[in-house]
Amino acid sequence: MSILSQVRFLLNITRSNDIARRYFFVNGFDGALTMLGLIIGFVVSLPAELSVIINVCMGAAIALCMSGLSSAYISEYAERRHALRKLEQAMVHDLKESAHGEATRWVPLLIALVNGLAPLVISLLILLPLWLAQAGIPLPISPLFVAIIVALILIFFLGVFIGRIAEISWVASGVQTMLVAIITVTLIYLSAND
Amino acid sequence: MVSIKKIVLDILKPHQPNVLEFSQAIAEVGSDYQVHLVVLGVDENTETIQLEVQGSSIDFDSIQTAINNLGGSLHSIDEAEVHSEIESD
Repeated sequence: MSILSQVRFLLNITRSNDIARRYFFVNGFDGALTMLGLIIGFVVSLPAELSVIINVCMGAAIALCMSGLSSAYISEYAERRHALRKLEQAMVHDLKESAHGEATRWVPLLIALVNGLAPLVISLLILLPLWLAQAGIPLPISPLFVAIIVALILIFFLGVFIGRIAEISWVASGVQTMLVAIITVTLIYLSAND
Repeated sequence: MVSIKKIVLDILKPHQPNVLEFSQAIAEVGSDYQVHLVVLGVDENTETIQLEVQGSSIDFDSIQTAINNLGGSLHSIDEAEVHSEIESD
């Protein structure tokens, strides 16, 4: 069995596909909105060095990644251990060496990776224009505004992703998540003006 | 040479993997296995199944290992069909 089909099998027997997908959306959305919030914060503040902006955003992205990795691993491992114990009681049989035991060891790690990497990868994509500008590559508009556009596009696509799962209109779902982003931006602008 | 042609096993298994995945995994143990699976009873977390395997030469130990790997527990061997064949050089 290839690694990919083994992963699919372990996720399937623990019914963890939905959990991984949910974590991807929730923490990916978290990462995108956090980056958007930070960048808007810099836009409404006094001008700052690009390196400062990148460092602050990277700090937040790494913290989100570590938080996602550790929290998902700890909670999922506890859940999987509980489910395995319950199953062992029902089976009156030690299942540590079975696929269920293997799933208890590996599935929390896989879910933790999804939960941790989703906000990190999305944050890195949003920060890409800032790195390009720092490297001297000319952009048509301010790198902060390009980063905001990238963030909004990614937020829209996260909405599309969730809309396709729910089998509802992907446009409506994308617009819904975009609306959340626009409300967030408005609130930051309003709080900055106060 | 003695070959196992058919065995009928009584197994307790978790709901996952489901009966289709379970029987596919058993069939993959041999190259010409025919698997017939019947669910005899369903509990909150487990199900009792009757697994019938037919083949030209069934490897019982490998089937038992596969059952254990899938989280199942073999309760009894309810039927066996074994043929003795004269080996030809």
